[in-house]
Amino acid sequence: MSSFTPLRMTYREACKQAIRDALLADPRCFVMGEDVGKYGGCYAVTKGLLEEFGPARIVDTPLAEVGFVGAGVGAALAGLRPIVEIMTCNFSLLALDQIMNNAATIPHMSGGQFAVPLVIRMATGAGRQLAAQHSHSLEGWFAHIPGLKVLVPGTVEDARHMLAAALADPNPVLIFEHIVLYNAEDELDPAVTTVDIEHARVRRQGKDVSLVTYGNSLPKCLAAAQQLASEGIEAEVIDLRVLRPLDTATVIESLTRTHRCVIVDEGWKSGSISAEIAARLAEDALYELDAPVRRVCAREVPVPYAEHMETASLPQVPDIVAAVRSVVKAG
Amino acid sequence: MADFLMPALGADMETGTVVQWLVEPGARVKPGDVVAVVETHKGAIDVECFLDGVIGDLVPVGERLPVGAVLARVMETGGKPAVSVKASKSAVSAVAQPASPPLGREAAAPRTGQSTPVNPRRKVSPAARQRALQIGLDPDALSGTGVDGAVVLGDVERAGRRPRSVAAPAAAASAAHRGSFDPVQMRQAIASAMARSKREIPHYYLSSTVDFDAAQAWLQAWNRDRDPVHRLLPAVLLLKATALALREVPQFNGFCEGGVFRPGVGIHVGWATALRGGGLVAPAIHGADGRSPTELMEAMRDLVQRARAGGLRSSELTDPTVTVTSLGDRGAESVLGVIYPPQVAIIGFGRVVERPWVVDGQIVARRLVNLSLAADHRTSDGHLGGQLLAAIQQHLQSPETL
Repeated sequence: MSSFTPLRMTYREACKQAIRDALLADPRCFVMGEDVGKYGGCYAVTKGLLEEFGPARIVDTPLAEVGFVGAGVGAALAGLRPIVEIMTCNFSLLALDQIMNNAATIPHMSGGQFAVPLVIRMATGAGRQLAAQHSHSLEGWFAHIPGLKVLVPGTVEDARHMLAAALADPNPVLIFEHIVLYNAEDELDPAVTTVDIEHARVRRQGKDVSLVTYGNSLPKCLAAAQQLASEGIEAEVIDLRVLRPLDTATVIESLTRTHRCVIVDEGWKSGSISAEIAARLAEDALYELDAPVRRVCAREVPVPYAEHMETASLPQVPDIVAAVRSVVKAG
Repeated sequence: MADFLMPALGADMETGTVVQWLVEPGARVKPGDVVAVVETHKGAIDVECFLDGVIGDLVPVGERLPVGAVLARVMETGGKPAVSVKASKSAVSAVAQPASPPLGREAAAPRTGQSTPVNPRRKVSPAARQRALQIGLDPDALSGTGVDGAVVLGDVERAGRRPRSVAAPAAAASAAHRGSFDPVQMRQAIASAMARSKREIPHYYLSSTVDFDAAQAWLQAWNRDRDPVHRLLPAVLLLKATALALREVPQFNGFCEGGVFRPGVGIHVGWATALRGGGLVAPAIHGADGRSPTELMEAMRDLVQRARAGGLRSSELTDPTVTVTSLGDRGAESVLGVIYPPQVAIIGFGRVVERPWVVDGQIVARRLVNLSLAADHRTSDGHLGGQLLAAIQQHLQSPETL
């Protein structure tokens, strides 16, 4: 199957290849969502799949999130393996009732008699001037809900392989694909054919500070770490990969070596996943902390449309560098 | 300019009171000089200064201050002149002076009626506080290099590595010492240190009965022609034999820091001394392995007297690398000690008793002493402990070499 996989590909192509593999591997699997068929997907992830797999496997739906996500829940309950695409996570709020009250709770309320092996992919994040109704990062909200798994692929490799693990999981799994990452390109290691959806990963090692992040903030953190290295500060970069269940152990393990932590999240600060991580460090690793935990998050405004304002509202490399300096160098 | 701070005289001290200044503003001080008498739960202690310079401001006598509080400003040789109390006071209302806050608690009280805390909590990172606890340092007494001037791990590690200097005797007056210590306070301090020891240190215990006849015979011969004041007590031989044995088995002379052994620099034996009216201190007899029995006897007399009457020096309380407790001729036959953290061992001697003993197949009357070791299992094992006891025993068999 990976014989025709090009070694170097974009994140978008990786998402598409993952879907294609799933469709080829399992006849129960199908794709459903707005504009996924004829239009090829709002971000062109499913382009060409309608031609290859036909309208029974690639289903264009009306603009009605609560309806098609509900259909996905039903299909999963009935034994299919739906991959539902929500155009942007802002629109997922229309389907929140289906996601939270049905998908996440039916396995629990049925005493384990029904599984909901549903996968929902959605675009998240800002940086392409799509304004305040198409640019938010709501994955942290969904990470609040027991019964869901929340994946945030930040690398081409995770975009390529997380879907298979998500489909194999009996729980509803949400995958948040960052809109800026779709064009990111990377080499794929042909030896890697699966990834786990349980653990965070250290993407760069360092001894002075732990940069905890995910999604499109990952490349920003790696760039910041590169810049900090020239100042003699060695930052460790941890890619969370999975926001629920949260792999706190990997973060704490890193903290026991660095004793300092900066969390970088494109979501807002208040009531966020960054707040959750900081709280867990305070609860479970207080005595490892040698400096206050710092967070670099989006400004607490609806993401602006104007380019310069959008840029200013999001965590950027200089913000990350400054936050790290503030805890590593004496204040 | 540097600050002379309220020292932590052991892991169990939290506050102290300057009861007397032995220097005046303008006086020249050098490291090792006794500059103040500080009242603690261990009685009045002569506190040495390890700065080189000229004394500036002093806190008023009689105020109880936390460990780490600034007691005096010292203008280091070649430094800027010290800010006077008046100058710094008048400056407070105009400009914040983080580098030279007014001295003491009273002076630090807000003048403007703002709700500045009177004694603001020192910023110490959680990791630094934890580490300091492990190695028995008071983090509040350190200067901080972290965010907002907080004391961080690096500061504690540096302070932990710094060898504590052994001061030369200073010429300062010793007449004014007050012998009093508060028995209630001392009881609390002992309770806290010993509870911590039993909570944190996995003790193991070994003991051995030592034939004390040779030592006793040597002592009798030595003491026969001497005045009572020049006579040696058995304790001296026990102390010297222990110090020499620690030279051979140095794994018991030092500290446990974060589960890791740090060897002591020099063999400074903390000599457990019971105080009249209850209480206990174990001040250091510095370099015990290198002193003759006569010198040790003198040091021990002096130390015990000062421990009971007041006038111990701060270095004597902070320097011990190991503790020896000898119960003396009115004590019990044996003792299993409790380690004084962060030390790793306490060596105990019971009363010398006469008992039947088998020598060359014959039962004879012998003078015997029970020797014991309580040691920290994190840093050593019983096998090594046995070697230490064997070495002590061996030294006691040749008292003439002690």
